[in-house]
Order: sequence, then C-alpha cells, then structure tokens
Amino acid sequence: MTKADIINRIYERVGFSKKEATDVVEATFEIIKSQLEKGDKVKISGFGNFVIHGKQPRKGRNPQTGEEITIAGRRVLTFKPSQTLKKNMNTVAREDPDPDASAQS
Amino acid sequence: MTKRDLIEEINDRFPHLSRFDAEVIVNTVFDSLITALQREERIEIRGFGSFVVKHRRARDGRNPKTGEVVSVSSKRVPFFKVGKELRLRVNQSADIESGG
Repeated sequence: MTKADIINRIYERVGFSKKEATDVVEATFEIIKSQLEKGDKVKISGFGNFVIHGKQPRKGRNPQTGEEITIAGRRVLTFKPSQTLKKNMNTVAREDPDPDASAQS
Repeated sequence: MTKRDLIEEINDRFPHLSRFDAEVIVNTVFDSLITALQREERIEIRGFGSFVVKHRRARDGRNPKTGEVVSVSSKRVPFFKVGKELRLRVNQSADIESGG
C-alpha cells in the first residue's frame, strides 16, 4: 500500500476530486512530520504513538581501523503500536466470533 | 498531538471542509493503514516511513509474579521503519537539501 492507495480510498469514500484527496492526505502526513520534527509525540488512538527519543553520544570504534570515534547524540523516532492495533492484527484469522465461545457472565 | 488535534489542524488548513469531512478523512487514512497491516501488506509512505508485519513464534513464557509457565501463542506485530526525509528532519543534523 502506498499513499496513492490511501488517496483512492478517500476519493471513493468521501467523493472528493483526486486533487483534493491528494492535498488532504499530503497535509495529514506533513502535519505529523512537522510535529515530530519539533520533538513532540503524535498519538493516534486505535493505531499507535509516534515518539521521539534522544540518544546520548557514545564511544564507538571503526571496525576496519580499530580507531576510536565518538558517535554523536541524535534524536530518533519510534512507533509504539496501540493495544487495539496489536489485537486487531491477531484476530483477523477468526472470521466471525464464535457464538458459544464464552458466556458474558 | 492527538488524532483530534490532527483533525482540527486539517480543518484549519482546508476551510471549505466541514469538521465531519476532516474527521472522515483522517479516520480513513488510519483505517487504510490498519486494513493493510491486517492483510500483512507492506505499507510505504514516501518521506514518512514504511510499515511491515513481523511474525513472532509461539514460545513458553512465565508469569513474572508467580513464576508459572504459560504458553504464548504465535503472533503478528507491526514494525515501523522511519523514512529518510523524516529521519533527517527529526534529527536535524544533516542537510536535507544535499540528498541526491
């Protein structure tokens, strides 16, 4: 799946022009990116959280020359999937819920 | 920023859209991603990153409280890899314009 597939889906579902759907999808990702760029996290309920972590500088070694170098500190982005997403991804195999699986007290 | 803030921001940038439209669009974006992951499809959003589904084998785990052995069934987990543009923007240590 690519951005084009998402755009198509919006075009079908909302009935926008392709151009309009494209602009809104681009804006959605751009807003998320600029937020993360500022170092702020982005939390999407039902999907997951995008979080920025700071890494301390550390000593490393060039494996070829054995020379010791300092690896600069940096900021990295991690994605933490929500419980809902994790659950959703593991319940697809079961097409319809079993009616007599467990009684609801 | 939460999904609600994101919807509001879209609403501000596209004044001709109703608040409801903005909500449907943002939800559709994430629904699309979720559906693709459920189908174990790879997702690639240029400049943002990619999502792939990884498999975890079934294993025996332990309840840390009681020490009791429990079997953990195999599962699928989403994995996100940040794209180059976003990685550089987050880190701001490299010059984005120098990319070729």
